[in-house]
Amino acid sequence: MIRFEDAGVTVDTPDGDLAILEPTDLTLTEHRVGVIGANGSGKSTLARLVNGLVSAASGTVRVDGLDVATDGPAVRRRVGFVFTQPAAQLVMPTVLEDVALSLRRHVKDKREREARARAVLADIGLADRADTSVHALSGGQQQLLAIAGVLACEPTVVVADEPTTLLDLRNARAVQERLLSMEQQLLLVTHDLDLARRCDRALVVEDGRVTCDDDPERAVAHYVESALS
Amino acid sequence: MRSLPLGLQVPGDTVWHRLPTGRKLLGLVLLGVGVVALQGPWLPLLALAAALGVALHAGVPARSLALGVRPLLVLLAVVAALQTWQRGWPVAVEVVATTLTLVVLATTFTATTPTDDLLDAVVRAARVLRPFGVDPERVALTFSLAISSIPVVTTLFTQTREAAKARGLERSPRATLTPFAVRTVAHAHAVGDALAARGLGDPD
Ligand SMILES: Nc1ncnc2c1ncn2[C@@H]1O[C@H](COP(=O)(O)OP(=O)(O)O)[C@@H](O)[C@H]1O
Ligand SMILES: [Mg+2]
Repeated sequence: MIRFEDAGVTVDTPDGDLAILEPTDLTLTEHRVGVIGANGSGKSTLARLVNGLVSAASGTVRVDGLDVATDGPAVRRRVGFVFTQPAAQLVMPTVLEDVALSLRRHVKDKREREARARAVLADIGLADRADTSVHALSGGQQQLLAIAGVLACEPTVVVADEPTTLLDLRNARAVQERLLSMEQQLLLVTHDLDLARRCDRALVVEDGRVTCDDDPERAVAHYVESALS
Repeated sequence: MRSLPLGLQVPGDTVWHRLPTGRKLLGLVLLGVGVVALQGPWLPLLALAAALGVALHAGVPARSLALGVRPLLVLLAVVAALQTWQRGWPVAVEVVATTLTLVVLATTFTATTPTDDLLDAVVRAARVLRPFGVDPERVALTFSLAISSIPVVTTLFTQTREAAKARGLERSPRATLTPFAVRTVAHAHAVGDALAARGLGDPD
């Protein structure tokens, strides 16, 4: 469960503090929550609050009751984050090693680490690429690998910030189906309105404010109308 | 970028694969020092032949070796010409053979060593520094990041140069170097965020 208690974000500018996310109050319990809105509206800021990549200037953000500001490491063990740019998330030279890296701090035994990494890779359909260079994968495969690295840690929540924006249709489909079929709670920032419609709840962010919080059909309609008017 | 030999293991079960990683790393360092100390044209050439023999025995494809050497070719040609002119051809042969030997040995090391093992070896070595506040896992991660950044940064450079070319600005250092620097920093930020999100900066 993700809870925003009047959480707001400001940044320092030469002209003083600028609010990029107005104080927001939300309780997210649905399995899949979509976030839509224009470029620069504050979607990433909202998403990054959930694992502490961005800190709230006011209010509190909690995951499963844990305060992100004071229990950062415990929260990050529960929250997996998938970024837009596939390559920037991959750290190790080969596919298997990158998944194993996620497990390094929890699984000290090397054999077990490798076995678990292989199991996660098989689950995501990359078993036959285990020993290839991460740079030899397509963007879509890199994104699937990033998801595998996240799932290996068995999080309870996955936040994905435009995970399909840079992918072609086929790769985007593969990534989106994988995300939608997870048992974890999903907070999904996307420009793909069909994808947003498949969530259980959707938020529209405009100018640093959540202006609509509704069932996805109505939220998408709200966004389309306000964006094109 | 898919042809870069870095971090690509050649599967196999030769003696070079089976050597414990820590000892192999130490051996590589000692051999490197030894090779650099060799004098005259013949011993370095012999060392190069031996290194090539080891590489072939370990099953390293000639292509990987060529890829490791290629970035150095121009530099080596210049150095060889300069040394021949200033100090005679035997010194030129010595310098070139020594450098090639080091590249071949290093390539063979990466080809026969899983990065995870290398990280473990680095962690063990860095434990010595723990009393001074050094976190061995972090040292190992830095190692691995440095290795894996090379292909990414190379790609960024190619892309920036192509973008400059498309606008007819390939001769302007500002049109290539400035965006390259900006994109490299942006990439570093993105990697930092991804590491933080994976909890890799968090204390145990
Ligand atoms: N560190 C920062 N400093 C200044 N402005 C920022 C910073 N981070 C984000 N912004 C601004 O806040 C706004 C919201 O950004 P973001 O959450 O990334 O939007 P979105 O993900 O919806 O495109 C943008 O106008 C962006 O320029
Ligand atoms: Mg964004």
